[in-house]
Amino acid sequence: MANIRLIARLDIKGANLIKGVHLEGLRVVGSPGEHALRYYQQGIDELLYMDCVASLYGRNHLAEIVRSAAKDIFVPMTVGGGIRSVEDATSILRAGADKVAINTAAVANPKLITEVARKFGSQCMVLSIEAKQVGMDRWEVYTDNGRERTGIDVVDWVKRGVSNGAGEILLTSVDREGTRKGFDIPLVRAVTSEVSVPVIASGGMGKTTDLLEVVRDGEANAVAMADILHYGRAGVGEIRTLAREAGLGVRRYG
Amino acid sequence: MANPEITVIDYGVGNLLSVQRGLEHCGASVLLTSDPAQVRAAARVVLPGVGAFSNAMTALRELGLVPAIQEIAARGTPLLGICLGMQLLLDESDEFGLTAGLGIIPGRVVAIPVRTVQQEAQKIPHIGWNELQPAGTSSWQKTMLEDVMFGEAVYFVHSFMAVPSDPAHRLADCLYGGHRIPAVIGKGRTTGCQFHPEKSGEVGLKILRRFCAS
Repeated sequence: MANIRLIARLDIKGANLIKGVHLEGLRVVGSPGEHALRYYQQGIDELLYMDCVASLYGRNHLAEIVRSAAKDIFVPMTVGGGIRSVEDATSILRAGADKVAINTAAVANPKLITEVARKFGSQCMVLSIEAKQVGMDRWEVYTDNGRERTGIDVVDWVKRGVSNGAGEILLTSVDREGTRKGFDIPLVRAVTSEVSVPVIASGGMGKTTDLLEVVRDGEANAVAMADILHYGRAGVGEIRTLAREAGLGVRRYG
Repeated sequence: MANPEITVIDYGVGNLLSVQRGLEHCGASVLLTSDPAQVRAAARVVLPGVGAFSNAMTALRELGLVPAIQEIAARGTPLLGICLGMQLLLDESDEFGLTAGLGIIPGRVVAIPVRTVQQEAQKIPHIGWNELQPAGTSSWQKTMLEDVMFGEAVYFVHSFMAVPSDPAHRLADCLYGGHRIPAVIGKGRTTGCQFHPEKSGEVGLKILRRFCAS
């Protein structure tokens, strides 16, 4: 088993780092550049940038933020939000991203997953899924930042996405996102038990111990953290130490 | 003193921006080229690469870069292969049928075992941060790893591994599913890194800085 990856998730609107609840009610947190650099200096394993309005308005402010980050941040960067085509993926990768995360456009056109994987490799194609619980152990795929329902079952979609070439899953619980109530463990477990590719659990990390639970019980391979880092409720170093002391494999840093 | 010049081979595979930014961060001035004459004239050469082995060899051959890279390596020009660029340094690869490589370091590229040493299924590709361990008795003195400590972690993304036939060419390994996977190999002034030093934080930058000073 590879080390668990600690990922800082930066939701972006325009030029700002923002944070919402259930992916809505967005508030400006600060400058994405300053936050990203701070997390890098604290030893974050990866960065995840998500443009939360791009797919709604069909625009993408991210390239400039990513290009600027790539000058002094030397860990992998995944970028999502508003990527609709192989050309969009190419331009964001040229700006310095290592992987692209695609949700809305992949639901509209599942072949896009295969096209991106074929051109850049599966390791580059992250299938982003926004999940809302709709019944006992049942979750539905949402698009457009948790606004639009699709009628698609999350577990079915994950399996299809992986067979189409997705190399990684970014699994966001819309129900938990921004609530600080902890991860949706049954959701994460339902997905990790079905696929062999790495799964990033996102949404709900309120306290450092939530991470232990989603790794042990949910079997997440990576954990996306936003609110807890942005508002300084915990630092990357402190979270890493806690994970290590609890016996989880994390990278040695510092 | 002028900035050290690094020539990065651009043969149309993968995103070179991160490698360029990493080298520039270490104070280098970077020349991206696909011209064999510029490679032959270079002071230090980086061979990057992501994707499939056979596609990469085809691209290098079509651009006339194969003899140029072999020549500079034989002449002792510092050469750093990164990820697929490391695998290309070997004699041949099993990926999608047997394909000849550059033959600079004797050995073969083979798939990472799909099972752990305990026979459990393991995730392929090997993605993530993993720790560098000395391979056998080799010392890291006077190598690209001179400034790196045993156990420091770097970022890997790969499904195949480059295994030199001479253990003396193995500098560092990492452990995945209990298997030893070559992480850094070297022969003369040629070095190969399976991981991405440009994505491995300060540890990776230490390696790039050492290469810029070589």
